[in-house]
Amino acid sequence: MPDTDLDQFRTDTRTWLEANCPPEMRKPVRSESDVCWGGRDQSKLTPAQKQWMDAMGARGWTVPDWPKAYGGGGLSPAETKILREEMRRITARNPLNSFGISMLGPALLKYGSEEQKLDYLPKIARGEIRWCQGYSEPNAGSDLAGLATSAEDAGDHYVVNGQKVWTSYADKADWIFCLVRTSKQSKQGGISFVLFDMASEGVSTRPILLISGNSPFCETFFDNVEVPKSQRVHDENKGWDVAKYLLGHEREMISGMGLGGAAGNPLIDGAIATIGLDDTGRLADPLLRAAIAEFEVRARAFAMTSERFIDELKAGKAHPAQPSMMKYYGTELNKRRYELMMAAGGSDALEWESQASSGGATARQWLRTKANSIEGGTSEIQLNIIAKRILELPS
Amino acid sequence: MPLYLNDEQTMLRDTAKDFVAEHAPVGHLRSLRDANDATGFSRDLWKQFAEMGFTGILIGEESGGLGLGHVEAGVVLEEIGRNLSPSPFLATAVAAVEALKGTPHAERWFPGIIAGDAVAALAIDEGAKHRARIGMAAERSGNGFKLSGRKQFATHAHVADVIIVAARTAGSADDENGITLFAVDRNAAGLTNTPERLADATLASRLVFDGVEVDADAVIGEVDAGAGPLRRLLAAGRTGAAAELLGVGGGAMDLTIGYLKERKQFGAPIGSFQALQHRAAHLYSEMEIARSAVLKAQQLLDANDAGADAAVSVAKAMTGMATTLSVQESVQMHGGIGMTDEYDVGFYMKRARVLAEMFGDANFHADQLAKISGY
Repeated sequence: MPDTDLDQFRTDTRTWLEANCPPEMRKPVRSESDVCWGGRDQSKLTPAQKQWMDAMGARGWTVPDWPKAYGGGGLSPAETKILREEMRRITARNPLNSFGISMLGPALLKYGSEEQKLDYLPKIARGEIRWCQGYSEPNAGSDLAGLATSAEDAGDHYVVNGQKVWTSYADKADWIFCLVRTSKQSKQGGISFVLFDMASEGVSTRPILLISGNSPFCETFFDNVEVPKSQRVHDENKGWDVAKYLLGHEREMISGMGLGGAAGNPLIDGAIATIGLDDTGRLADPLLRAAIAEFEVRARAFAMTSERFIDELKAGKAHPAQPSMMKYYGTELNKRRYELMMAAGGSDALEWESQASSGGATARQWLRTKANSIEGGTSEIQLNIIAKRILELPS
Repeated sequence: MPLYLNDEQTMLRDTAKDFVAEHAPVGHLRSLRDANDATGFSRDLWKQFAEMGFTGILIGEESGGLGLGHVEAGVVLEEIGRNLSPSPFLATAVAAVEALKGTPHAERWFPGIIAGDAVAALAIDEGAKHRARIGMAAERSGNGFKLSGRKQFATHAHVADVIIVAARTAGSADDENGITLFAVDRNAAGLTNTPERLADATLASRLVFDGVEVDADAVIGEVDAGAGPLRRLLAAGRTGAAAELLGVGGGAMDLTIGYLKERKQFGAPIGSFQALQHRAAHLYSEMEIARSAVLKAQQLLDANDAGADAAVSVAKAMTGMATTLSVQESVQMHGGIGMTDEYDVGFYMKRARVLAEMFGDANFHADQLAKISGY
């Protein structure tokens, strides 16, 4: 597309966003309740959240680069980039946080049948179904392919039995994308990838109380759950291909945490608020200032890497294992950010319930980030992948 | 603009990669060092750079150059870094060219730079650490100025055809206004020019100006308004040094990854050991992050973007940290052989240290970024 058309697209996008993004949706995300996940039950969404999600969803702009036929915006890479830049310009919140968008969608686009794409993708784009991910099990964490949840062939459907763990928001999700064992003949070659409704008979969840005092993860139990074979994605026993591809996207999503929020810089603003500036305009704690400054160099360079990675991905120039590098670096960076935020906040940041601390928002998030380098494949697993697949070191 | 090299830039990179690896590999540096070469670089190589068009990359087409940008200059610098090639390229074809652009001095020096005849040196630093302050005095004297003070870390100044000197014609050392840039002859009366060999075998001069007289024509740009060209010089130099650091860090890493695949202990290649795999993978990650920062700074400089200053500091700080890590990890993972002069990896460590200091180290630039960000 010629540059003049892109300029026009930018102008139109800017106008549309100004008219359609509610003012509440331009404020920083302060706590979990500020995040819009969509789903079948939208009674907990604020009117502004619903308005913003619906307006973006109707244009396909919750998934701007997906094809229009599947509920996407059909935008080119250059247009998608402009849309994101214009959203950042007005500090617009993400209209819809969704594992359907960040994880399942890309896997369906690659491995789903045409019927599955037409059925599931538009609902993901509009935020009508909230998804969760059934991957890890009590005895299959880093060694994910060792999973044991079984799916027995019962003609036109499978009967699923077993247990998943660390299922994010399983208690709030409508559907699950789940790895199950359809054969014991081969470890990785005996896994299938299935989708089913969390309201199915035999599904139960139990939230896990974490060190943050919150329960974003669940244990999920399957007791003779019937899953139609039409809800299997890709061939039977080929689920590991889908799982790995999806993990790449999950790692991309988690690495995004290294970017911090869209609006302001809570670390710097927070440090200035508690510590103050000296008469030369420097943060009055020189050692903390130095630590923050070094962190900010890395954080900015990481944001640039994220931009480069997305550009390379769209142009087909990215190494397929590069998400592992992004995941490793982004999560370690995010843990560091929250260590510094706690140091900057001092005893203010230790309050766990007070109104001033928004119910211990920083402290709870600080603790939450400790899982970043564990979930979606630990940092050590990512380093293994980088060493083997990118550096091609011998095994 | 996407954050990767376009087709033309990729072609230039391939050309530069082959050319520098063939004509100025690490062995070239080693032989100059072993011969205790008094110039500090090969004039033949500088000529060859000119024949390739490299020396005119940042010079406009109307002046006979290629009219390209910092991305292209950086592509060449990365290969210079990867091969540790001693070259006046960074100071002359990048930093000096940016300072001289648009002044009568451009007409004087650009043809020689394009032809690979002229070499420029930079006299900016007044102490052992790069600072944002310029204190050296330039007093009005007759039709011109009289320069007094000290400069150091002036690479190749002992053989340079022109030395670009930042001095103060008004105000005090910390003021932005009142700086003037001068083009000074290396043999000027009253100038003591003492080349010192650095750890990486580069020759860099200590310069003592004892009432060095220059006439008004020596002023680059306007009197008291040298901050503008100095800022351009420093932005180009910092971004260029960052690109060269990327090459140094990448070269050391490649050498090390190769060694991990070949060297056997306990009956297996040492690269099969997870302890070393994780060190190597972490190093790879740091170098990738640094690469993005360099390209971003180059693109923003080329676009005259308001965010370029911050990006330049991010690039110089990030490459300083990543390459410092790279050369340390490289020596460690090579084990004992990495400590020997016979093996090349030590050369990478020395060059990395020099470039990390040049135009401000990682601490200096983290501090700059903090100031820009208001804390």
